[in-house]
Amino acid sequence: MSSVEISNVTKTFGKARALNDVTITFEDGGFFALLGPSGSGKTTLLRTIAGFSFPDSGTIRIGERNVETIPVEKRDIGMMFQNYALFPNMSVADNVGFGLRVRKVGAAEEKRRIGEALELVQLGQFANRMPHQLSGGQRQRVALARAIVTNPKVLLLDEPLSALDKTLRVDMQIELKRIQREIGITTIFVTHDQEEALTLSDRIGILRDGRLVQVGPPREVYDRPNSAFSAEFLGETNWLPEAVLPGLSLPGGGEGFRFAVRPEALGLSATRPEGVNALEARLEQRVFAGAMATCIVTVQGQPWKLIARDRDLPELPANAPVWVSWAPEDTVAVPA
Amino acid sequence: MAELATPADKRRLATLLSPAYLWLTLAVFLPLSAMLFFSFVTDLPQDAPDWAFTLENYGKFLENPVYGKLLWKSLKLAATVTLFCILIGYPCALVLARVIKGRAREVLFLLVILPFWSNSLVRIFSWAIVLRGNGILERTLEAILPWDIRLNLMFTTNAVVIGLVHSYLPYVILTSYLALQAIDDDIIDAARSMGAGKLTILRRLLLPLSLPGLLAGAVLVFVPVVGSFMEPRILGGRVGTYFGTVIEDQFVAVYNWPLGAALSFVLLAVVLLIFALTSPILRKAQT
Repeated sequence: MSSVEISNVTKTFGKARALNDVTITFEDGGFFALLGPSGSGKTTLLRTIAGFSFPDSGTIRIGERNVETIPVEKRDIGMMFQNYALFPNMSVADNVGFGLRVRKVGAAEEKRRIGEALELVQLGQFANRMPHQLSGGQRQRVALARAIVTNPKVLLLDEPLSALDKTLRVDMQIELKRIQREIGITTIFVTHDQEEALTLSDRIGILRDGRLVQVGPPREVYDRPNSAFSAEFLGETNWLPEAVLPGLSLPGGGEGFRFAVRPEALGLSATRPEGVNALEARLEQRVFAGAMATCIVTVQGQPWKLIARDRDLPELPANAPVWVSWAPEDTVAVPA
Repeated sequence: MAELATPADKRRLATLLSPAYLWLTLAVFLPLSAMLFFSFVTDLPQDAPDWAFTLENYGKFLENPVYGKLLWKSLKLAATVTLFCILIGYPCALVLARVIKGRAREVLFLLVILPFWSNSLVRIFSWAIVLRGNGILERTLEAILPWDIRLNLMFTTNAVVIGLVHSYLPYVILTSYLALQAIDDDIIDAARSMGAGKLTILRRLLLPLSLPGLLAGAVLVFVPVVGSFMEPRILGGRVGTYFGTVIEDQFVAVYNWPLGAALSFVLLAVVLLIFALTSPILRKAQT
């Protein structure tokens, strides 16, 4: 296990700057998510850490070793691919044992470690199956076992769960988190799914146009985004129109900032509540979704989204005049 | 599907497939049947009114050891040519599919196919000009090297092999290229991330995963080369007598169609037998 330190890494493809002066440290044993829209450079960063491509400038350290010029074969990493990339001509055991065979650990040791890795992902009885005989979730587990069986210094995951359906994805998230905790491996994963990033990781890095916009624990990035981009990319935001700002109690004085409220921080009522920020609005639509309900309201001509427990919402007819309210400390302020 | 077909479906199916079956009947089944018939007669019915059925044509193959020897020679030639096609063609396909990208790949691909589009007779006579004594090859080598060169390549087995390898190489390159190019890049990346070097990747992934393509190419080379007659005749001269040339002689020179037909079916049977015997091994190699 090792930490990974990226310092001032820049990478260009032709004229496009895929990574622009990226500096970030992935702590030993941490579970780190790189989040960003497509083209933000998150996959390039992961492949640069892996050693498939090399930075134009800057340094990469894995543990005690500078690796920026070392190719992937010699970096001692484990990687899991979006489509799993299992070897179709080999059984599950041979897939998992591939890296061990390359390292020439010996037949007995190889067998023992394959067994351990398959036990860890709960696929012990599937050792002799071929990849095409497995379900999507099982392939995923094989890919994970294969990536960790060599005890790599760092585990890299490229959109690991995007090919699975929703229920399976949630199961695998829990499973992935459990395994990562169990072996304590430094893990970096790339995703465009913000929910996945929030659920799995203990630190998040948001990328935009090859630059690292914000780094921090999920809750901190979610509650205190440092830019409009972070606020909009992670979670949903209702921006406060300029015109309503004077009547509200806002954090940090208000000059040079833009303000927003998260949909789940908003309350809805027929009359104006006391002691909180409140704005007049019109109820456009209420969408029932079991435990939760989503309301679309119009505030000063802007559509806002509101999410609450269905039972907490008052029964109101469509197009009714309403008040939306929130606690002043729930206001999200970002530099304008 | 088949279980669900109603009588109407079956009629429609028969109607739709009939042109294909008609074509197969006309182009393959009828000529082959005619040849099979000829191989069992003493003389062509249109030439000799006193023709009769006989097994003598096949008997000749068994009686005269020359035919067996020539067949063995042809099989050895085909094996040699196939081996060289694989040794040269597979690395070419490997480089084309996994190393070269973009426009350069298209250009090189065209260069591989180009000889394929030229007339085979022209191709072989070109080789004759290159290989013959005091030909292009010898003169070029003489111009470069200080001492006298006598390659004596023309009218040798080597010349036949060179001509045939050149003619059939594109088959191996094309089939191997298609198989290699279909391999997902992520699979190679995954192997590299586990520490595998180029040789390990070739031996444990690229080669096994592209084996069906390589074998298809090998079959496409082996089968026609066993029966080849034009290349051995032109480039081999006196040593260029093979099973294929003997069959050709029966049809165009000796005018003994029944014997030619019988020898053709012996060849077909031997080739089919070889595939029947090797198919379990090949199937095992593919998994």
